Amino acid sequence: MAVLLALEDVDARYGQVQALRGVSLTVDESEIVAILGANGAGKTTTLRAVSGTVRRSGRIELAGKSLGRRGPEATARLGVAHVPEGRGTFSELTVWENLRLGAHVRRGSLQADFKRVGEFFPWLEARRNQQAGTLSGGEQQMLALARAVMQRPRLLLLDEPSLGLAPLVVAEIFRILRELNEQHGTAVLLVEQNARTSLATAARAYVLEVGRVAFAGASEELASRDTIRKSYLGY
Amino acid sequence: MTALAETARRVPIRPSTSWIVPLALVGVCVFLVVGSLQSALFAQQVISGLANGGIYASLAVALVLIYRATEVINFAQGAIATFTTYVAWQLIDWGLSYWPAFALTLGIAFVGGFALELVAIRPVERRGSQLTVVIAAIGLLILVEGSVGWIWGNGVKFMPAPFPSHIYYLGGVAFSRQDLSTIAISIASVVLLWAFFQFTKVGLAMRAAAVRPEAARLVGVRVSWMLSLGWGLAAVLGAVAGMMAAASPSVLLQPSMMDGILIYAFAAAVIGGLESAAGAVIGALLIGVLLNLLGSYVSWVTPQLLLPAAFVVMLVVLLVKPSGLFGRTRVRKV
Repeated sequence: MAVLLALEDVDARYGQVQALRGVSLTVDESEIVAILGANGAGKTTTLRAVSGTVRRSGRIELAGKSLGRRGPEATARLGVAHVPEGRGTFSELTVWENLRLGAHVRRGSLQADFKRVGEFFPWLEARRNQQAGTLSGGEQQMLALARAVMQRPRLLLLDEPSLGLAPLVVAEIFRILRELNEQHGTAVLLVEQNARTSLATAARAYVLEVGRVAFAGASEELASRDTIRKSYLGY
Repeated sequence: MTALAETARRVPIRPSTSWIVPLALVGVCVFLVVGSLQSALFAQQVISGLANGGIYASLAVALVLIYRATEVINFAQGAIATFTTYVAWQLIDWGLSYWPAFALTLGIAFVGGFALELVAIRPVERRGSQLTVVIAAIGLLILVEGSVGWIWGNGVKFMPAPFPSHIYYLGGVAFSRQDLSTIAISIASVVLLWAFFQFTKVGLAMRAAAVRPEAARLVGVRVSWMLSLGWGLAAVLGAVAGMMAAASPSVLLQPSMMDGILIYAFAAAVIGGLESAAGAVIGALLIGVLLNLLGSYVSWVTPQLLLPAAFVVMLVVLLVKPSGLFGRTRVRKV
């Protein structure tokens, strides 16, 4: 498989606080990769470094094109969809408008995309004129995901999709994620607190510790090594 | 940290007394309609009040447009409108007929507004706070108003009206074509703008950029261009207001002609809740009609008292409903 996303020796900082120290990782085409680690390990910052929403240095490439000097608008245009933590929906706008915004970087008719989104999220159609802020937490998370699908991304950056949601809803979100990956070959870089679920979904995983990659490997390998499981994954 | 700033966004809370505003507006409408049926003079005053209100509405919506995107009142809006009105006058003076000059002026206003944001506001906004933007806007006000006097002189000029003057009679009530066309043009421009925001891709992107700039950038919206675009559109609305105001016999084309109108428009925008274009339009029409009725029915209200009266209305609305008629009470999480 060809490498889609490559980070090499990436540093990132918020003002004086350095959040990433020489992070290197890769995501192949059509691959689901998880980033695990404790709070403050730099998981969210890694996604932000890719989408250009944090100051960073080092080599970041998407299919051979450097992302290092691009802002989030330009990164989105290259086919990266970032669903930030805490939903990231436009709560003041309607469900339908949120979906239209997802396709902002694309040209042409959106009919096929609306249909595709409707297959993943059948309930959206009936709620299309509802204000997104009035949806439940789980529905908003699904809307954020649906909006990303509208973008037809090559790479989906997904930050804590299970945060504060009921287990059934989480299972549904991960089911859709796998389907999206299998049917459309969308590569996913997933940040998730719930290590068990994300290891079951991802092919490979990176474990971050205070801004560095502490371990990397195939999901089964990480899950089977007791020391890693107990000290980093917490189960 | 930036992640925290994201969660510290403002949370809208719907007021529980939301029925008061519609009820009051229905009451006002009933009063105006019944009054107009009773008295021809009253009907005429309502119509010319609506015409004034239409002018205030265009400018008020321009203020709302920029406020929603940057949370700053653009004090230079009136001066920019005056400038573009002089441009229209110049084009007509050079021999263009009214409507081509009107259309060309709107185009020039758009480019000019866009460029002003790019040159004068964006560099300041990037480095400073909202206060610096306000100061930059006040600087623009002085600069633009000064350059109007420098280019065209401080004397009063005659701006032609879009239609030749004519009076229609309907059941003993005289309507001037001037008033009716002003109402029609201002309503048309506001409706067009609304349709642009509601139905076009760029309009939607502008709304997204205004409510959630960070999230808008993530879906690929070029937020900083949307701000420039907003300034361009606001300048177009201002040009419409300016050209209609200059044709009105009570204003005339002069460098300070929009000063008073800007204040009425500001009061209207505040009454409407500052974030709501519909609220600004309703506020503007209310002020236009109310001041006209006050001026003609209350003997001691002289023209000098109309500006203070607008502020009294604004204060009363703010005392009853601090967030404006259509604004939302907001809580700032820190």
